Amino acid sequence: MIHFDAELLNSTLRLATPLILAALGGVLCERSGVVNIALEGMMLAGAFFGMLGSYWTGNPWVGMLLGAAAGGAFGLVHAFLTQRMKLNHIVSGVALNIFALGLTTYLLRKLFMHAGGSPPVNGLPMWNLPGLGEQNPLTELALAGTLLMTPFLWRTPQGLRLRAVGENPEAALAAGIRVGRVRFAAVIAGGLLGGLSGVYLSLGQLNMFAEGMSGGRGFIALAAVIFGRWTPLGAAGAALFFGFFDALQMRLQGQTVGGVVIPSEFMLMLPYLLTIVALAGFAGKAVAPAALGNDEATASN
Amino acid sequence: MENTPAVEMIGITKRFSGVAANEGVDFTASWGELHALIGENGAGKSTLMNLLYGLHIPDSGEIKVGGDSVRIADPRDAIALGIGMVHQHFMLIPAFTALENIVLGAETAKLGLTDFRAAEAKVLATGERFGLRVDLHKKVADLSVSAQQKVEILKALYRDARILILDEPTSVLAPQEAESLFEMLRRMVAEGMCVILISHKLNDVISYADRVTVLRRGRVVASLETGQTCPEELTRMMVGEDVPTAEPQKASVVGEGAVLKVRDLSVRGRSGRALDSVSFDIRPGEVLGVAGVDGNGQRELAEALVGLTRSTGTITLGGVDISGMSVRGRLEQGMAYVPEDRRFALAPDFSILDNSILGFHRGFAYHGILDLDEMVERADELIGRNDIRASGPGAPVKSLSGGNRQKLVLGRALIGEPTILIACQPTMGLDVHATAEIHRRLLAECTRGAGVLLISYDLDEILALSHRVLVMYQGRVAGVLTREEASREKVGAMMLGAKA
Repeated sequence: MIHFDAELLNSTLRLATPLILAALGGVLCERSGVVNIALEGMMLAGAFFGMLGSYWTGNPWVGMLLGAAAGGAFGLVHAFLTQRMKLNHIVSGVALNIFALGLTTYLLRKLFMHAGGSPPVNGLPMWNLPGLGEQNPLTELALAGTLLMTPFLWRTPQGLRLRAVGENPEAALAAGIRVGRVRFAAVIAGGLLGGLSGVYLSLGQLNMFAEGMSGGRGFIALAAVIFGRWTPLGAAGAALFFGFFDALQMRLQGQTVGGVVIPSEFMLMLPYLLTIVALAGFAGKAVAPAALGNDEATASN
Repeated sequence: MENTPAVEMIGITKRFSGVAANEGVDFTASWGELHALIGENGAGKSTLMNLLYGLHIPDSGEIKVGGDSVRIADPRDAIALGIGMVHQHFMLIPAFTALENIVLGAETAKLGLTDFRAAEAKVLATGERFGLRVDLHKKVADLSVSAQQKVEILKALYRDARILILDEPTSVLAPQEAESLFEMLRRMVAEGMCVILISHKLNDVISYADRVTVLRRGRVVASLETGQTCPEELTRMMVGEDVPTAEPQKASVVGEGAVLKVRDLSVRGRSGRALDSVSFDIRPGEVLGVAGVDGNGQRELAEALVGLTRSTGTITLGGVDISGMSVRGRLEQGMAYVPEDRRFALAPDFSILDNSILGFHRGFAYHGILDLDEMVERADELIGRNDIRASGPGAPVKSLSGGNRQKLVLGRALIGEPTILIACQPTMGLDVHATAEIHRRLLAECTRGAGVLLISYDLDEILALSHRVLVMYQGRVAGVLTREEASREKVGAMMLGAKA
């Protein structure tokens, strides 16, 4: 009934790409000790400004940079609110998500005099990836990022410091590390990746922006971070897992089991259901960065 | 260089929300000197050293290092000036290896990757020089407390510290471990380093330090050669008056039978058993002291007895098997508990009123509504009977001093006249007077006929109060000694794994 073919693999990669990018951003941010439920908003902002950049210039690459920058800007605000203003990380994240939805919806209607979606814009061209065929450059970036982030976190001084401020900021401070600076860098970098994941939605898949087009993927990416135990490989693996079930539900729509048509609503629910099952089953055993959400050491003297 | 002092702090004042922690403090320590900084809890010793290490910034005053006036805004500045600090609560990352902890913040890189091999060579060479040996590839979480302390010292030395500050380094060590620490510090001093030691163990100060500076209520009382003074004089300077003999009178009558019987009590830990087949009895009117280096199962023992941790084995209290009971059931059977950390006993933002009925709140509720008058009565009773200094029952607990908080915790635990009291670190962080008061209350419970299980990492406290001493090592009972058998040396050796 199900054929594991190149097409299924391709659609898995397609659907997993934004999840992987956002999850990698989430890993960077949370490893530094800053809770990031703002991924959803970063993604949505990235999608909108990616589209806008491409619409203004006709160049999708400019769109990509603008979308990434928008995500980075959200990261900057999140870092400022949590580290400088000592705002609760969850509160800041929720606020940014709501702000992103409001901002993009407002700008869309204001700039295009049109509710629901933007006009079509130029999307990113496909690149040929050996072994994987034609792929979006952002898919390639997601895969490369997954492979590079592990040595970055565990083998470089910067990675060691990033993990240190997430585990015990007081100890990191006493070891001579500028805790606030490391966290700002990590959260902004996470925002850039979150923005890129949104760019993939608008310039990699639909070549347009639709209101609320992130559709909860930021939260699924966050689930992938937890499911993947805050490691790049684990988070990307979890994102692929979710992507696979998303691809599967598309494939299974309209299929019959024992003569009964499976309602498409049930199939659409499947990836989310699996997210809950995966989190309930694995999150309890997951080892979060010890100082996730702790801002004591960044307080001024 | 040898002629200019290593550290000069001149007229240092530091206030926290209006309260002066240091007031016009002058402090000088020289190269090649082990300088002890002593004083009661809250005298401002740690604050002064935190200022030197850049964790706080002084409100006024001047700091000179090696003769040059400097501004130390954060630990980076201090490290750059060759200052290292070993904090009382270690500043280590448990999930990292010893080596990662040591290089963190001072990494060298090769092609962008951390050069752990070069770092390890440097750490090993430094360790060799001062006799510091640690398994560098183990996670800090898996190291013993004394090994963690060595990691902290290596961390400072790796950053080429020439001035090393240690905050209460011996409070977590067995006597023998403390001795080897001091030998190591003497070696550093012999090489010309300046070592500053915050301590309250006056005998250690007299034996090992060259000079001593005494702080009282944020001010310097005296700074003198250790050869010219004695523990009695130093105590007088610290407290500001003559202290009645610290040795309390032990209750002489220990009854027959056992109020508490513990058999084969075990608790599963992260790896293996955190508590392994522990058995003992406590007789009425007896203080059983539990000695041991921090992390050898004492916390698990207390929590298993109170019912906070799942355990196997049997616990019998006054003839009743309480092993299967909830915490509430055990308390109702006559157990009382003073936890190691006062944060687990009190809600700091709550008033004394609310805190004084915590855990006993059911007795104050009628048809689900708390009776405020009865609560006030209880709070007033606790305040009066325990001599708690507070503005009134409505004062938030966080406004109380550590000593008054502990009096409240102990007073609340004792109000139901328990048959067994589990007291963990009951005098940690308290000043001389509060400590004496808590000790007096514990012994009064014995006179009443209650049994007391006293868990403390301070061997002197155990030896001063206990009728018998149970020594724990790696979750097991290393042995139980009578007070007569329990010498410092013998208990110390058992704390490190020697058989009774």
